Amino acid sequence: MAEAALKLEPVADIGAAPLLSVDNIEVVYNDVILVLRGLSLKVPQGQIVALLGSNGAGKSTTLKAISGLLKTEDGEITRGEVNFLGEKINGIEPDKIVRRGIFQVMEGRRIIADMTVLENLRLGAFTRHDNEVKSDIERVYEYFPRLRERTGLAGYLSGGEQQMLAIGRAMMARPKLILMDEPSMGLSPLMVKEVFAIIKRLNAEWGVTILLVEQNARVALSIADYGYIMEQGKIVLDGSAEMLQTNEDVKEFYLGQGGGEERKSFKNLKSFKRRKRWL
Amino acid sequence: MQSQLLLQLIINGLIIGTLYGVVGMCFVLIYKASQVVNFAQGEFLLIGAWTCWWLLTAWNIPFFWGFLIAVVFMMAFGMAVQMVILRPLIGEPIISVIMVTIGMSIFFQALMKWMFGTFAQPFPPIFPVEKVDVLGLQVQTAYLMSTGVSLAIMAGFAWFFKYSKMGLAMRATAFSQQVAQSLGISVRQVFALSWGISASVSAIAGVVVGIVNGVSSALSYFGIKVFPAVILGGLDSIFGAVVGGLIVGLLENLGQYVDSQFLKWGNLYEIIPFYALIIILMIKPYGLFGTRDIERV
Repeated sequence: MAEAALKLEPVADIGAAPLLSVDNIEVVYNDVILVLRGLSLKVPQGQIVALLGSNGAGKSTTLKAISGLLKTEDGEITRGEVNFLGEKINGIEPDKIVRRGIFQVMEGRRIIADMTVLENLRLGAFTRHDNEVKSDIERVYEYFPRLRERTGLAGYLSGGEQQMLAIGRAMMARPKLILMDEPSMGLSPLMVKEVFAIIKRLNAEWGVTILLVEQNARVALSIADYGYIMEQGKIVLDGSAEMLQTNEDVKEFYLGQGGGEERKSFKNLKSFKRRKRWL
Repeated sequence: MQSQLLLQLIINGLIIGTLYGVVGMCFVLIYKASQVVNFAQGEFLLIGAWTCWWLLTAWNIPFFWGFLIAVVFMMAFGMAVQMVILRPLIGEPIISVIMVTIGMSIFFQALMKWMFGTFAQPFPPIFPVEKVDVLGLQVQTAYLMSTGVSLAIMAGFAWFFKYSKMGLAMRATAFSQQVAQSLGISVRQVFALSWGISASVSAIAGVVVGIVNGVSSALSYFGIKVFPAVILGGLDSIFGAVVGGLIVGLLENLGQYVDSQFLKWGNLYEIIPFYALIIILMIKPYGLFGTRDIERV
């Protein structure tokens, strides 16, 4: 009896496990520079999870640690584990991680400038071997009608269109999890709104799980289900998007609200610095 | 009579030029995909031609099959060279990689001399007639075949890079290895495949030249002639390699015409491509179709 119960336990565990879990990872660049110091987070199936923080907090590094692209930049996970669908994926080549269903939309879009829009989209489907690639290209065009009209080289697209192409290219891979690094970077406020509406739609209609890295906390939390805030290579606060949006500290330091009167005195500015670390 | 000679030389120039273009494309393919300047490109022609010659003479295999086996063998050979010799060098300084390819060139050339001797060996007769009449000009059948094969290879390259998945993957890798990996492309596979294709297509050119001139280590001289062609066209442009190849082929033959008619130096044929190379590099340092920021790579 006791044995049967023991056997059942792990099965139940896998069922409840999140799509992606990062457990206490440490990342070192060039063998010496410690960037992530024991970072943990979980991304449940079907959700949008936002990872927020200021410049240099290690957000992009976290994404690269998950996608394996860290290797191309002389970085290495020295401790901890990254688990996807219950399997350990750290140490695997980045192209094999894509085949497992994790696709990273890199910071700065990184579309292939000397190829056409269509060629970029077709490359997104590189890992696929089914015959629905053509119909998927049509689906991408439905999301981004303006890409259909652009027949020239992708390098001549505007910043917003390039971001759309980068997201479309990710859709072409039909991943289970998309890692998005700063989709709002360099875009006009109007374009940011449009791009984030599409990210939300993508999550709702395609059922793809999204881990979103952003500096623009307000817009990220407006579409996210859950959020993590990181500083200096660690998670310092996490909670549901609603909870983070109403949290006083988050409001003050990331959403630019509140504070008001008190911040005008130097004395309070000091406490601002101290409090900002949540320690 | 003299205009007849000129026309004949122009035709010869174009025929040889397309061959230079094909080998130039192979060179550029390796450079673009894996950022290696391959000084052993000429040896790929040499090894391919000797392999085909050996299959034909020692085993009496029909030309078509011998040719096919040689091409397939060179595909595997090119991939093996990349995986065994060049893969461990990824991340090493570019000068080390260049020294290794120069070393490969010397080694393979010596190996071929050791295995097959130093004398030129003719291919067994392949075509029923040696020369055919094209618009009143005598053209070697082998050259006619070579032009046909070269044009087919060029069309194949164009199709491959525009429409095939692997071709797109190679272009993505040339653009950025990190981006390619983020799309699920195995950069190792792309490197190996680019060397395989380059070696096998070079072997085709090697066999064609071998049929006309006989197989000898002079074949690897093609690898040196290809330098002015690809640098003229721009090191990272496949189209530029074809144009550069045609220019070098024409220049050689026109140089021969001018030399034989007027100058009587007797060696202009050999050196004129390199003169042109120096002049073009002074005017357009990145070649005719090269990317401007290529030196930052």
